[in-house]
Amino acid sequence: MQIYLPIAEMSVSIFLLLGMGAGVGFLSGMFGVGGGFLMTPLLIFIGVPPAVAVGTEANQIIAASVSGALAHWRRGNVDLRMGGVLLVGGAVGSTLGAWVFKELRQLGQIDLVISLAFVVFLGTIGALMAVESTRTLMRRRRSGNLGKAHQHHWMHGLPFKMRFHKSRLYISVIMPLIVGAVVGFLAAIMGVGGGFIMVPAMIYLIGMPTSVVVGTSLFQIIFVTANVTLLHSINNQTVDVMLAMLLLAGAVVGAQVGTRVGALLRGEQLRGLLALLVLAVCAKLAFDLVVTPDDLYTVLPLRGGE
Amino acid sequence: MLARSGLICLLLAPVLISPLRPAAAQDLVADLSSHLIAITSSYAGAELLLFGAREEGGDVIVVVRGPPQRVLVRQKRRIGGIWINRDSATFVKVPGYYAVHANRILADIASARVLARQRIGVENLILEAEGVDPLEAVLFREALIRNHQKQGFFREEEGKVAFLGNRLFRTKVQFPAKTPVGSYTAEIYVVRDGHIVGAQMTPLFVRKTGLERAVFDFAHSQPATYGLAAILIALAAGWLAGAVFRKV
Repeated sequence: MQIYLPIAEMSVSIFLLLGMGAGVGFLSGMFGVGGGFLMTPLLIFIGVPPAVAVGTEANQIIAASVSGALAHWRRGNVDLRMGGVLLVGGAVGSTLGAWVFKELRQLGQIDLVISLAFVVFLGTIGALMAVESTRTLMRRRRSGNLGKAHQHHWMHGLPFKMRFHKSRLYISVIMPLIVGAVVGFLAAIMGVGGGFIMVPAMIYLIGMPTSVVVGTSLFQIIFVTANVTLLHSINNQTVDVMLAMLLLAGAVVGAQVGTRVGALLRGEQLRGLLALLVLAVCAKLAFDLVVTPDDLYTVLPLRGGE
Repeated sequence: MLARSGLICLLLAPVLISPLRPAAAQDLVADLSSHLIAITSSYAGAELLLFGAREEGGDVIVVVRGPPQRVLVRQKRRIGGIWINRDSATFVKVPGYYAVHANRILADIASARVLARQRIGVENLILEAEGVDPLEAVLFREALIRNHQKQGFFREEEGKVAFLGNRLFRTKVQFPAKTPVGSYTAEIYVVRDGHIVGAQMTPLFVRKTGLERAVFDFAHSQPATYGLAAILIALAAGWLAGAVFRKV
């Protein structure tokens, strides 16, 4: 059954959209990532204009994150204070990102920048996580001890310290603010919640315990993607509510199942699986950038022109 | 009073003159099965029947033109192993849809000069590029035509117009799902011995209707409110899903 999308201005199979939503929603719930890093490229692959894919995906991630965050909230896995600090950085970063997106779109380079950004960030993070989770798995197998809760970094000397009870941390707010801003910026450019960067940054840079990482990440993603949705609606009119609703109809169901499955897996297994997934998407995007396209010319009808 | 009678004379003039011309307009009658293509949520392209009658003899050519658009064509170059958009050209007044139907091969029906004059055939479209030198422009023009043919915006269907008996003719005009909204025209020509002896034009509109239109208009007329509504819908849907699954 085909459905015509009013903003994307194309006709797509409704079952394809529901299936994509469910599949990505499952992974989203399981790993605590928004799922945008998979959905945005998938939407572009099925022919949705990249700018519409980014704006719409931000909107859909709000819903997927709400249902995921609520599930974590009930288990007490959200550090509100840390989420609030990350959010302040996220608001600044995403507003800047939306502006850069608009400029790049006018220059005709937004598609390239979206792909390059995915390749660079997914490649780096995926490789780091793969190495780390393999190492942890091997260490545990050998000795069976968990090691220290978190390591002491140079950043523990930074000013503006704040106590985060839930995360059992007493650290400077500078690092969470920077992490929030960077992730917010990428959220606006790439149409992602940023969980795939946020989650490892919380673990390795901020030193939060894995148990509260996923819930807190989802919590702040809701607000950052809401900001991105609003800005893309105003700047580019590229948020397709109908497309977002169909994706999220699949995604909310998938996310619930994914959250339950994720609770059964150990932290480093979860990270190992996520690393593999991230690297696979990265490889596909990198291949598409390098392979000679079928047609060297791309054609774009301009709106409102003679 | 004098002015009014003058006006009547003016209005009557074509009627009075036309019988003097040998095979004129009334020797051709044609119409479309519908003059409106409504884009609704189940829209996935459309097909219209164009039918008509003409006096005995002569070939029939049908040209359907969509609304003019500005089109940006970008050329990719390989830089450091990666394909990057480099040069671009803007074409103005490119028909968003262009279809030619005929009962046989166009070149057999009329001379290249006649076809060019009426802009019949994709190669006779005036597509001028801005922003590149003329030599490069040829490549961009070819790329534009290639793309629009692949997407179904440009169609040449020689041999598709079918005759029923001596006078009646019909053809099916197809529109892709992405066909642009706006005003279209369908031109019907009768060609005898290489000369156009009859012509008729009929309008066609492609419009978004119902929910599709409401959403599109809302997003473009009140973008900030639309954005807030999109956020609220997503929040509600996410919460609802959470609530439903908690009970399960």
